[in-house]
Amino acid sequence: MSETLRLQVNGVVVDVPEGANVAAAIARVATLFRRSCGGEPRAPLCGMGICFECRVTIDGGTQMLSCVTPARDGMIVCTDE
Amino acid sequence: MNEHYDVLVVGAGPAGLAAATSAARAGARVGIVDEQARAGGQVWRHDLTRASARRARDALQALAANRCIDHLAGLRIVAAPDAHCLIAEGGSGARALTFDRLVLATGARELLLPFPGWTLPGVTGAGGLQALVKGGWPIAGRRVVVAGSGPLLLAAAATLRAHGARVIAVIEQASRQLLAAFALQLPHWPGKLAQAVALKLRLAGIPYRSGSIVRAAFGSDRLEAVEVDDGRRRTRIHCDALACGFGLVPNIELATALGCRLDETVRHPHVIVDSLQRSSLAHVHAAGEACGIGGIDCAHIEGAIAGFAASGDTRAAQALFARRAHARRFAAALAVHFALDQRARNLAAADTLVCRCEDVSLQSLDGYADARSAKLATRCGMGACQSRICGAALRELKGWSRDISRPPIFPARLDSLALARASAILPSNDHGTNA
Repeated sequence: MSETLRLQVNGVVVDVPEGANVAAAIARVATLFRRSCGGEPRAPLCGMGICFECRVTIDGGTQMLSCVTPARDGMIVCTDE
Repeated sequence: MNEHYDVLVVGAGPAGLAAATSAARAGARVGIVDEQARAGGQVWRHDLTRASARRARDALQALAANRCIDHLAGLRIVAAPDAHCLIAEGGSGARALTFDRLVLATGARELLLPFPGWTLPGVTGAGGLQALVKGGWPIAGRRVVVAGSGPLLLAAAATLRAHGARVIAVIEQASRQLLAAFALQLPHWPGKLAQAVALKLRLAGIPYRSGSIVRAAFGSDRLEAVEVDDGRRRTRIHCDALACGFGLVPNIELATALGCRLDETVRHPHVIVDSLQRSSLAHVHAAGEACGIGGIDCAHIEGAIAGFAASGDTRAAQALFARRAHARRFAAALAVHFALDQRARNLAAADTLVCRCEDVSLQSLDGYADARSAKLATRCGMGACQSRICGAALRELKGWSRDISRPPIFPARLDSLALARASAILPSNDHGTNA
């Protein structure tokens, strides 16, 4: 039985199973991950760290690829608005 | 900090895992570096809630049990400062990895072609959604359309269904005739035939539409519906997710940075290797998808050949040549039968974005002769993905060769680039004594 991790996404508490990535946590409470330079809402496309559409801020670090970053207990994640 | 290996393998998918275990068999000190936290690459990606295939479990256990192999997880190669050094970046900083011989097992990514609405949240690659779901992405109860081309669509649909998605349809651009011809060939590869039958059973009840394509995706700030064209009729399907990919292209950015020669005569370049999987650089081998899209069997066999060759066991490498030829013949059959119909290249409208990183539309690219001149004028290809997505797409849409000559290999932090510079300046036979 795997552990449950608790993170915050845009101030909302989210639980995910251990081993999940940050993108999976975000998807539980948000559809927009980042805004493009033209203001469009964007979300993960390639799922494998290639397209860079899944970039969010994790524990203050910007431009982090959420689809290849393992979720950790206590993480603070912020998407664009 | 710096670690030196006899053989360094880049990529921990089937090719890399085979290369690492084969090299270690000859007694080499081996490192295998991969961006993911867990080994397996894409096809053997760890699934949070479902057991892995037997071959995957065996390969991962062989890795874990082998004390001659360092598994360098969570590290992405961002620079190649000299012929025997790579800079790897991870969550806790940058590291210089030095090696006598290198095996490139960098795999493939999906070919994603632009169409109206493709930038909407909810539109992903087919393998892309499969990967996300394996990593915990919520999909249970959601309506999903799987589209594009290739056997990957079936594997993705099966994974999605197993995770509780409602797969509405699989939309395959290849014609019924081509698919039937491909099915007739399958008995040459009994393992593949068995796999195909098993997949068909797992997808029972899900419509599989051949000669069909998703023309557009609709929604205000997220996907709400797609339009499917089967050549006669257009149908709208309401859905929460569109998983759409048109096959695979090799990841050759690291090979290019090192100076390995690529075959540029093919649509999507791959690394040129000899029978021992050696690139144009004597100390660099390559295996699997990086050498041309070939599927898991090619990856496994070529990885083993490369690992044996890199560690000096030429006889063990040669013993695998016949199996490699058989596997590569299957890859060739795939390419013929799932070749892209021209319709897939004509989906983008004038205002459809081609470069997602810099928001460059198709019509903005009118009047330029090649990727580089378009990039200088419009920023197309200058963004974060470094034309990995738009460059492959433009190769299909306009025939443009991708302009990929600029380092770094991936966007990198300043401390990684500083380490790259320091590693290039200091003598390369100083390995192990640099700070």
